[in-house]
Amino acid sequence: MKTFLTVAGLTAALATPAFAAGELNIYNWGNYTNPKLIEKFTAETGIEVTITDYDSNDTALAKVKAGGHGFDVVVPSGTYIPIWVGEGLLMETKPSGMENFKHMDPQWIDVAFDPGRSYTVPWQWGTVGLTVNTSVYSGDPNTAAIFLDPPDELKGKINVVPEMNDVMGLAIHYYGGEQCTGDKAVLKQVRDGLIAAKPHWLSIDYGTVEKYAKGDLSAGVNWNGASFRVRLQNEDVVYGYPKEGYPVWMDNVAVLSDAKNVDEAIAFQNFVMAPENAALISEFARYANGIKGSEEFMPADMATAPEVNIPADLKEAAYVAEVCPPEIQKIYTRIWTDLQK
Amino acid sequence: MAETREISAARRRWMLLAPALAILVFAASGPLLIVIMYSFLTPGDYGGVIWSFSTDAWFNVVAERDFFDETLSFSDAHWSIFWRSVKLSLMTTAVAFLVGFPTAYFIATRPKATRDIWMLLIIIPFWTNLLIRTFAVMEIIRNEGVVNSVMIGLGIIDEPIQLLFTEFAITLGMFYVYLPLMVLPIYASMERLDFSLVEAAYDLYASRWRVLKRVIFPLVKPGVIAGSILVFVPSLGAYVTPRVLGGGKQLMLGNLIELQFGQGRNWPLGAALSITLLAIVMIALMVYVRSAGREEVSHG
Repeated sequence: MKTFLTVAGLTAALATPAFAAGELNIYNWGNYTNPKLIEKFTAETGIEVTITDYDSNDTALAKVKAGGHGFDVVVPSGTYIPIWVGEGLLMETKPSGMENFKHMDPQWIDVAFDPGRSYTVPWQWGTVGLTVNTSVYSGDPNTAAIFLDPPDELKGKINVVPEMNDVMGLAIHYYGGEQCTGDKAVLKQVRDGLIAAKPHWLSIDYGTVEKYAKGDLSAGVNWNGASFRVRLQNEDVVYGYPKEGYPVWMDNVAVLSDAKNVDEAIAFQNFVMAPENAALISEFARYANGIKGSEEFMPADMATAPEVNIPADLKEAAYVAEVCPPEIQKIYTRIWTDLQK
Repeated sequence: MAETREISAARRRWMLLAPALAILVFAASGPLLIVIMYSFLTPGDYGGVIWSFSTDAWFNVVAERDFFDETLSFSDAHWSIFWRSVKLSLMTTAVAFLVGFPTAYFIATRPKATRDIWMLLIIIPFWTNLLIRTFAVMEIIRNEGVVNSVMIGLGIIDEPIQLLFTEFAITLGMFYVYLPLMVLPIYASMERLDFSLVEAAYDLYASRWRVLKRVIFPLVKPGVIAGSILVFVPSLGAYVTPRVLGGGKQLMLGNLIELQFGQGRNWPLGAALSITLLAIVMIALMVYVRSAGREEVSHG
């Protein structure tokens, strides 16, 4: 019996690393987390990480709101942070007092969605624009006409990401409005324009890097980092910034208020603010990250990539994405349903 | 004395039934009641519900008020999605029957020893995850997929035909995924079929078509009905297949419901649509079973 106990004790001791071991359950967008980042985190802290994917802000919000999810960390877009905070879903972890906070780029500290950073730390930021294969269409990619009034060469080869607010925002700006507008004249144009354009689209889908690279798709609404990853596989592909207006977004690491592994989650928030770690995030998903000094750890092609460095003449057209009031959101949902039917 | 024994026997039966009944009541009716309740509440601003009574969700299932000119009209989007769901499910069921019936007949007429091997071939794909089977269909019909590459290679076509992201793709996907559900019940009926009846029919100079129509089909009809229901019902509520193969452009009911719980942030409407889906299934089953039953009477 005694031998048995000793053996059992020994096995347990061997199975767990010597340092503070724990678990961490991260709920993040699909194809977005660098496995190397997680390996490094586990190597440094001994914390075992489990990652679960979601495909949209709303999926994540609905699942966490429903409860019983078991996640500790979530990575919502800035537009959604006020909702998460308002619903009491996030823990006030005060990242501003953390050791690595000094690395944060000052322009991302006093953001509207989390002034002074009481809940969240940056994961990555980027833009929504257009991916265009120049071997199919050599015209100007910097216009939302690419998907709203497509040239003949691109018809039937277009994908639109099913992100209602981003697509509505692009269309509203194309027809001369501002994001979250309730102007019925503009919205009527938006609805009619979108519905008229839809027959020229091939799909309304996520996860399209391969399809653009292989030529199944020739153009579409896309995120800049995703478009960057396409270009690395197919150099004919460029990224366009719609001159009529395009959204800038930031995804942020937050700890859930009902997290079971709070210390581990906070350690992760601090971890991703270290420049060499933030660089790993960007190296994989190809977006900028909002951490000073991370550039020197990044692959050289990030510094010059047109997908990450917005051209000076198109900077003006950028707008920081906001969440629209519920009554406006209702109208947008109706237009979106009409579009998808 | 005998009476008490009878009572205790009855009680014992009830007690044995109790776990099954409890599961039925709590696991089937409970969630359904919650869904019904939610459909009569007001949507929360960011998902969820507010506890105040409203029939708006039910109103919005069938009708909509135009937000530009306030006119009332049928909810065109919802109706077209209902119609697509019913249409594609019926087509899936029909194709599954046309392929499944001869398959089941073929297997049932093999020698006993080899039947199990054929059945295994039908069942093996069923062991594979639904998502993987759906992605397999996608790989076959995509522009650079097997079908298009072979046809281009043979010089039948010059440019790939767009098969993926069409209603055809959804129907094909559902047909492939649900085919075993058609074959298995038909085979079960077919296996019990007394083939000496078929011989007798031939002896009485019945043509092949007549034997199929008047002898085989009536006898395996319960299997056909069961198979059709098993294919039609999950097709109607399919979510993964239209999502992956329809490219988000051809919504079916399952996707419409998901939209309301996600980006739409209208849980009551999602709940009302779920119950509508359930109602369509019930009505379809009742019509089907009743018409099938009536035919039987007229034959008798």
